[in-house]
Amino acid sequence: MRLDELSLEVRAIPGAIPAFHATVDAGSLRGLLEAARSRKARLVALWGSDATLRGAGYALHLAIGLRSGLLWLELPLPRDNPRYPGIADIFPAANRMQRAARDLVGIEADDATDRRKWLRHGAWPDGVFPLRKAFDAGSVFVDSGDHYPFQKVEGEGVHEIPVGPVHAGTIEPGHFRFSVVGEKLLRLEERLGYKHKGTEKRFESMTLEQGFRLAGRVSGDSTVAYAWAYAMAVEGVTGTEAPDRALALRGVLLELERIANHLGDLGYLGNDVALSFGFFQFWRLKEDLLRLNQQVFGHRYLMDTIVPGGVARDLSNAESRLLLQVLERIRDDTQTLRSIYEEHAGAQDRFILTGQIVPELAARMGLNGFAGRASGIAHDLRVDHPIAPYRGLDVRMASHQRGDVAARVSVRFDELFESIRLVRSLVSALPPGETRVPVARAQAGSRGVGWVEGWRGDVLIALETAEDNRIERLHPHDPSWQNWPLLERAVLGNIVPDFPLINKSLNLSYSGHDL
Amino acid sequence: MYQLLKQIVTTGIVTEPAPESDESLRQVEQRLSDIILRHFGRSLSIRHVDAGSCNGCELEIHACNSPYYNLERLGIRFVASPRHADLLLVTGPVSRHMETALKRTYDAVPDPKLVVAIGDCGCTGGIFGESYASRGRVSNVIPVDVAVPGCPPTPLAIMQGILTAISKSRSGQP
Repeated sequence: MRLDELSLEVRAIPGAIPAFHATVDAGSLRGLLEAARSRKARLVALWGSDATLRGAGYALHLAIGLRSGLLWLELPLPRDNPRYPGIADIFPAANRMQRAARDLVGIEADDATDRRKWLRHGAWPDGVFPLRKAFDAGSVFVDSGDHYPFQKVEGEGVHEIPVGPVHAGTIEPGHFRFSVVGEKLLRLEERLGYKHKGTEKRFESMTLEQGFRLAGRVSGDSTVAYAWAYAMAVEGVTGTEAPDRALALRGVLLELERIANHLGDLGYLGNDVALSFGFFQFWRLKEDLLRLNQQVFGHRYLMDTIVPGGVARDLSNAESRLLLQVLERIRDDTQTLRSIYEEHAGAQDRFILTGQIVPELAARMGLNGFAGRASGIAHDLRVDHPIAPYRGLDVRMASHQRGDVAARVSVRFDELFESIRLVRSLVSALPPGETRVPVARAQAGSRGVGWVEGWRGDVLIALETAEDNRIERLHPHDPSWQNWPLLERAVLGNIVPDFPLINKSLNLSYSGHDL
Repeated sequence: MYQLLKQIVTTGIVTEPAPESDESLRQVEQRLSDIILRHFGRSLSIRHVDAGSCNGCELEIHACNSPYYNLERLGIRFVASPRHADLLLVTGPVSRHMETALKRTYDAVPDPKLVVAIGDCGCTGGIFGESYASRGRVSNVIPVDVAVPGCPPTPLAIMQGILTAISKSRSGQP
């Protein structure tokens, strides 16, 4: 939708991605969002902030994805009664975000149907809000107890299987409550928040120069996407323009991250259907890529390679050649492996129609990233808002309609090949010049936005600056927020042993969610 | 099926040690298997606990099972239950919300047990430090035998950490 259709007073937020900021009041919020929703806008993020240091109360923030860019809506809330009209009926993904904003900032949705806590377990008591400015990050409370009322399914033969937070494998911690009849899943309820480690509060103790390392560790498997989003936000608020060569290299790094993660997951998807051949083959290729990353960029997962102002490493001609050589071999082998997967009756039998998320449900709930594209949701920031270096590359968006494990496998293969093509284009036409420029200082009270299509989906960094180049508030948003609730739906009617397969086909981040 | 077999044959065995190609890895593996052979009856069972990491360390623990490292052929395997484990591999700064689960998992591992903390966060609290939500290093919550730095540590470093833990237990040090 066009911004002018919303009849909003907006201010452009400077930076690489088209972004706008507008202040709204409680009375017009829901009407505005309903209008946006009917024009296919999507909810990218929702968070709260404490503006008391600036003499105001609190604020609710919304990031809305529009055809013309990102709209950052801010709803000021009074200090004595920080309530706002809830929006979870308009955007279902808002439910958990509203609960998280309540736990962390103490702002409350009026009409929330689900008032249970979300990110708060027992580490701090009810009525204490870590993201308020008066809260000392070093405070330690006695464990306040952790009652959490799961929803019960009753009926003859129904029983519950509680799993986690510690799982039977190398997985991040979270709790799953299955209600089953025999082997069939009637209901899954997730409980997350185990990895809440105060990331957002930690940002507030940092300067703009320091924050990039923490941004790169919001979710380790998406370190490039977060670091780039952070750099984009900082460059926006400081008026810094990263050199063309650095932008091209950022594109290379982001695609390498996508390739590595898809390789790893495609291997595990084979493993989960007892095709361990797939695991060993794909993890051989992944290791080749990680070693290449180490050799060329100095880090296997490319951490701290993207910095505000550019990139920390340049690419020599010899390294470019090596990069292309290895990728070509990975592409050829992956093509062979794809045909093996597709012709393997046992694997296909487990993949097809397992964990299905139909397009209508995906659209209603806001499924995003590659999982969304496997369910007919045509969003990809590299296509929707092609910033440098994606402009002119004509990224081909992968798509599928069936939304099952097989569709997600197929989309991952397509994306992997496309990423290899993109790296080849970028590397063979690397602009000359420097790779890093100094970053100016930011004015207090400025806003910056970084929005990047990570391998899992779109990663957002919303930044507000304070005095002395410090961070006033920084909200990193992981696409897993939108996708976790869909896992609960995807498993319905499937059997318990298919849960690991469905889970892996989405591979959602806990760390990026629990902040 | 033909293509699958062909791929297996053409791939061959990529597992290192090819002794000349990666000397440091080979040594680690030989010593590891030697010690495990003598002290753990040819097997060491590991239970991994993510106590709050960014998931970077998990990526490298996964990689330990990739064909280049293939930890399992040394008799080291990851098990599903702490009750089956000899060694606890812990990643992350310990989040306050994982503190209880980590303690309970530790208690569930039968004695004698070893703990290896993985990564800068596990060693020191890392960039997340200690706060209302993070207890910082793993040793703030349970006893740690070996701490492996790195962000994340490489699969090789993780294997060396496991070796160090086993060597320590052999010489009877804490």
